Amino acid sequence: MSEENRPQVYTVTELTRDIRMVFENTFQSVWVEGEVSNYIASSAGHSYFSLKDENSVLKCVLFKQAFLKINFDIKNGMHILCRGKISVYDKRGEYQLYVAQVEPKGKGALQLAFEQLKEKLNKEGLFDEERKRPLPRIPLRIGVVTSPTGAAIKDILKVAKRRYANIEITLRGVLVQGDKAKYEIKDGIEELNEYNEYITSNNLDEHPIDVIIVGRGGGSLEDLWPFNEEIVARAIFDSKIPVISAVGHEIDYTISDFVADLRAPTPSAAAELVIPSKKDLKERIEELKYRLTSEINEKINILQERTVALKDRYVLKAPLNFVLQSEQRIDDLTKILSTNFNHKIEIKNNELKTAAEKLEMLSPLGVLKRGYSITFKEGTLVRGKSDVVIGDLINTKLAVGGILSRVENMSD
Amino acid sequence: MAKEMSFEKALENLEKLVSELEEGELSLDASLKKYEEGIKFVRVCQEKLEKARKKIELLVKKDDGTFEKEVFE
Repeated sequence: MSEENRPQVYTVTELTRDIRMVFENTFQSVWVEGEVSNYIASSAGHSYFSLKDENSVLKCVLFKQAFLKINFDIKNGMHILCRGKISVYDKRGEYQLYVAQVEPKGKGALQLAFEQLKEKLNKEGLFDEERKRPLPRIPLRIGVVTSPTGAAIKDILKVAKRRYANIEITLRGVLVQGDKAKYEIKDGIEELNEYNEYITSNNLDEHPIDVIIVGRGGGSLEDLWPFNEEIVARAIFDSKIPVISAVGHEIDYTISDFVADLRAPTPSAAAELVIPSKKDLKERIEELKYRLTSEINEKINILQERTVALKDRYVLKAPLNFVLQSEQRIDDLTKILSTNFNHKIEIKNNELKTAAEKLEMLSPLGVLKRGYSITFKEGTLVRGKSDVVIGDLINTKLAVGGILSRVENMSD
Repeated sequence: MAKEMSFEKALENLEKLVSELEEGELSLDASLKKYEEGIKFVRVCQEKLEKARKKIELLVKKDDGTFEKEVFE
């Protein structure tokens, strides 16, 4: 072979490099649609996968930087659209799509991200009803996480003024759209929680924050996106203070709405729900006072009636009558008593008379009266013949007087 | 009392007390005692309702970890 006729001989590297340049020039930025397969995530944060259709396969690489920009997960079987440049991986002699942007086919990327996150957090239990904290019935201090210049805070203040002008409102201003918003919203919720501890540990004479309203006024899905971010959802979940989500998007729900302890369709609605009406409270107190007084009066009335009813009973009604009746009864009893007594006395008298008569009859004087006499000899009673001899002087006592005589004779 | 009773607590106690009075078979003495207590709660609630001050503030956390409050609007 002559020098002039020899064809150019590339080295492998040289040829590969030329091929790469052709590719890169021709396919600087293309969109390609296909089905994901062989998806692998490397430890370095890069992802490798293939896009295929029925007949062909295209190898793709997604470097970490681009990967982080995507807000949904790429899975095998998904149909996606990728934008990128075609180049060659020299070492392996493979051409690849270096992916810069990914969109899910059919749905918007945001929509898909929303659904994936919703499912993930739901499985973890962040949406569970049981763990939702009860809102305070009468909060005295409300924390608000929203834009200090937006419509939300204005609306909330308007409602507060109307319902309970004296309530304390503590605003932690944040961005509510854009990339930085999610970090600020998370920080806002955390700081309001921290502040309650700050009050306690510094012994401040302040009322702790009772409830937090986090939200913003209406906007597009992109505008509201920070409230669909995982970092915000977790901040709401971890908050010790109950959280009301108030993202002004009346129809659709955000992830924040699911995690929060209460969802309100707008910031105004949230304020209405949580701020008590001073008028209502006043009325409630009045009602309780009324029930209190009427109850005690009722009790007193009942007791009074019972007392009056007792007074009306016969005994108490005419006490004099009762006394008279009693006196009459006493008289009756006295009469019975004295009749009995007198009768008894009569009987006893008769008994006495009889006894006295008996006694009299048995007394020596009585005997004497009956004609008997007592004979004494020198003061001694003569009972028998042996007590005297003939010639004795004896004194015979009669009922009246006596006879002095001399014993003449005795007989048996 | 180190911490005053909150409005919500006072209102709660008042409601409980009124229920007790209405449904209980309390003696006149006990009822009168409850009534006095209840009137005290009514007064506390009314005072607190009026006294609560209006405050709208912006909370700012400083670099040193302390907090500052600015009057808002």
